[in-house]
Amino acid sequence: MSLVQIRDLRLGATTDSGREVEIIRGVSLDIAPGEIVALIGESGSGKTTIALSLMGHCRPGCRIRSGSVMVDGLDMATAPEARRAAMRGTTVAYVPQSAAAAFNPAIRLIDQVIEVARIHDLMPMEEARAKAVEVFRALALPDPDRIGERYPHQVSGGQLQRLAAAMALIGDPKLVIFDEPTTALDVTTQIEVLRAFKSVMKAGGMAGVYVSHDLAVVAQIADRIIVLKGGEVQEEGTAEQILHRAAHPYTKSLLDAFHPAPRSTATPPAQGVPALEVTGVTAGYGRGRDGQPLKIALHDVSCRLDKGRNLGVIGESGSGKSTLARAIAGLLPPVSGRVLLDGHRLEPGVAARSKEDLRRLQIVFQLADTALNPAQSVGDIIGRPLTFYHGAKGSAREARVAQLLDMVRLPRAMRHRLPGELSGGQKQRVNLARALAADPEVILCDEITSALDTVVAAAVIDLLKELQRELDLSYVFISHDLSTVEAICDEVMVMHHGRVVETLAADRLSEARDPYSQLLFASVPQLDTGWLDRVPQRAAG
Amino acid sequence: MAMTLSLRALSPRRLGWKVSPLGVLAACVIVFWAVIAVIGPWVAPHPPGEIVDYDFFGPLSAQFPLGTDYLGRDMLSRVLAGARYTVGISLAAVMLACTAGVVLGMTAAVIGGWTDTAISRVLDAVSSIPSKLFGLVVVAAIGSSIPVLIAVLAVVYTPGSYRFARALAVNVNTMDYVTVARARGERTGYLIRAEIMPNILGPVLADMGLRFVFIVLMLSGLSFLGLGVQPPNADWGSLVRENMGGLSFGAPAVLVPSLAIATLTISVNLLIDNLPTRIRDRSE
Repeated sequence: MSLVQIRDLRLGATTDSGREVEIIRGVSLDIAPGEIVALIGESGSGKTTIALSLMGHCRPGCRIRSGSVMVDGLDMATAPEARRAAMRGTTVAYVPQSAAAAFNPAIRLIDQVIEVARIHDLMPMEEARAKAVEVFRALALPDPDRIGERYPHQVSGGQLQRLAAAMALIGDPKLVIFDEPTTALDVTTQIEVLRAFKSVMKAGGMAGVYVSHDLAVVAQIADRIIVLKGGEVQEEGTAEQILHRAAHPYTKSLLDAFHPAPRSTATPPAQGVPALEVTGVTAGYGRGRDGQPLKIALHDVSCRLDKGRNLGVIGESGSGKSTLARAIAGLLPPVSGRVLLDGHRLEPGVAARSKEDLRRLQIVFQLADTALNPAQSVGDIIGRPLTFYHGAKGSAREARVAQLLDMVRLPRAMRHRLPGELSGGQKQRVNLARALAADPEVILCDEITSALDTVVAAAVIDLLKELQRELDLSYVFISHDLSTVEAICDEVMVMHHGRVVETLAADRLSEARDPYSQLLFASVPQLDTGWLDRVPQRAAG
Repeated sequence: MAMTLSLRALSPRRLGWKVSPLGVLAACVIVFWAVIAVIGPWVAPHPPGEIVDYDFFGPLSAQFPLGTDYLGRDMLSRVLAGARYTVGISLAAVMLACTAGVVLGMTAAVIGGWTDTAISRVLDAVSSIPSKLFGLVVVAAIGSSIPVLIAVLAVVYTPGSYRFARALAVNVNTMDYVTVARARGERTGYLIRAEIMPNILGPVLADMGLRFVFIVLMLSGLSFLGLGVQPPNADWGSLVRENMGGLSFGAPAVLVPSLAIATLTISVNLLIDNLPTRIRDRSE
């Protein structure tokens, strides 16, 4: 008898214009007690929607059309709301993607963790507190006896995510839903959180649904993997089967995207003037005494990018890698140090730089959603740098916009569209086309593939490589994702706390000598079910 | 795929110029009052100050279609003549206040630093002066005339508009597309005009509709104090106040100008709420 039985689930929504769309198209799946099943797919594949339907919850505007969702003998699709509410927290529990958004910042952690016990009147409060401490210990949280007395802002992101799991586990649920719980975490934190989840689930014998877009993460924790696309199940199998004997073409493309082709046509290091040279740059935020910034984000950073080559900058959040891009672009003028473009010294701030200097160095941002003005058409967005730098007008500008759209593999008709009508990958291509419009020599890419689905990101990386061959570009590629950096860069610079830890050739990352870079490289999940158990525990600290 | 794309491209929603019937109706009412504001004095059957009836608070009649007021003057003529003051002064003042407020707000948000602080503190100081008292002093010093009234109302309502626009612009200013434009080397004027303005236009227009209503109310308040439109002329607000005594008789003299104010202010807000998506909310 399985714990969960979903049979021919169909779920739809009505759009603002009154059109009916089907989000889940006839999905059936089973989960046995104690089994962890992963739902994997790109954004829009319906993985979160299915997970939420297990709690009998639909996002606003959505509604279950037909099918049944049996959880522990109750059909969540048709049961009255009161009975569904009684199930939540006690039979089915949920761990959200962003723990930071799931906690109330004004209430102590312990009171939020035991809230489920209070709402369902499961046990006396004293008992619940004692149980919470036990769960904290099981999740390997530091100082389990007292960590609950803190407020959400007083713990780290990884700890908060584990506390969110504690909140779900307090009611002894039979099924726990994990909704991308490690996506927002750094790799070195992710590994600890995954380890904690895995041991707790195993010890408690609970069934789990793990929603993710990351095959490597899923491979560590799931017994079975279900691959979804467009609201339909594409392939289903044990973790081993999916990873090593995938049958469906879509699963294969997901797996391929995980191993991007390494950069093959690396030009040998050019002797002569580097395309971009940064020496001893110190920058930060706020104004402290004696001209130094109040909060230093970059500490004496130097790097060098040769013509036609790519430099990867890798580090965790807060390592100063994005600040480095801002300092090079002049958005955050460094307080000391020099930035040389093709041997020519750039002024620290944007305002003082000449139009020609600005043109030769372009920056592309991570979130294409916020990097494109929603009020301007694609044609205007790409056309503006043409007018601004080259004085292009009228039909010459139109022709060049069409050419640029061709270069980034977008249909020419797209120039009349507004950014809101494009998909994530298309937006990122427009974002690139705008940078290319300036005819730059160096492009700073700030996490440009991080917000994209694996397959789409791989296509963007391929495009970048191709453009480099055609246009003689050099990239500074900032990312927290080692595999993308490996795929496109010749050299990799590791940053930590605003300092350069080490610079290595991309094909010799295994020779890292610094303990931090070794830890960082070792923390990247591998497409292998046994990886998590093999990785040595991180030293206490 | 190509099929659905072309279908989407032709739908009115895609074009963004779809007009709602309610918006058209509201626009018609506004145009009607605007035309009255221009031609009112010529079509009015009597001069606004002339006493034409021995009875006061007269009912609707063939001779006086909207009745007579507390002195026996023809209400139709007085409402027609008053349109010029209410519609003209309020529209001019709200335009001035919102233009000044929005431009200053965006400038402060984009430049930041000392410029922001200076503009914000000066306008805070202005908004700390009680508005009626401010009007009293200015009108007493310079004398009441239409340009002075417009200027006073505009000054009183600029800080609110500034605060509103600045708060919106500060949010837009942190968006990556503004940063990209900045990295490109764009000047403040372009940032304000092309990057910020289109993205705050919707809320700013809604705010303008509300502010218009406040200005109509404040104008009638000033007139009541004898600082606004001078007798025997009257704007609609003062028509309501001077005929207040007729309310207990249900006299048309007090109901008609109230209706005029209601139709105008409701129409302005309905029009703004029903503007084509293209103008109102370009982010859709």
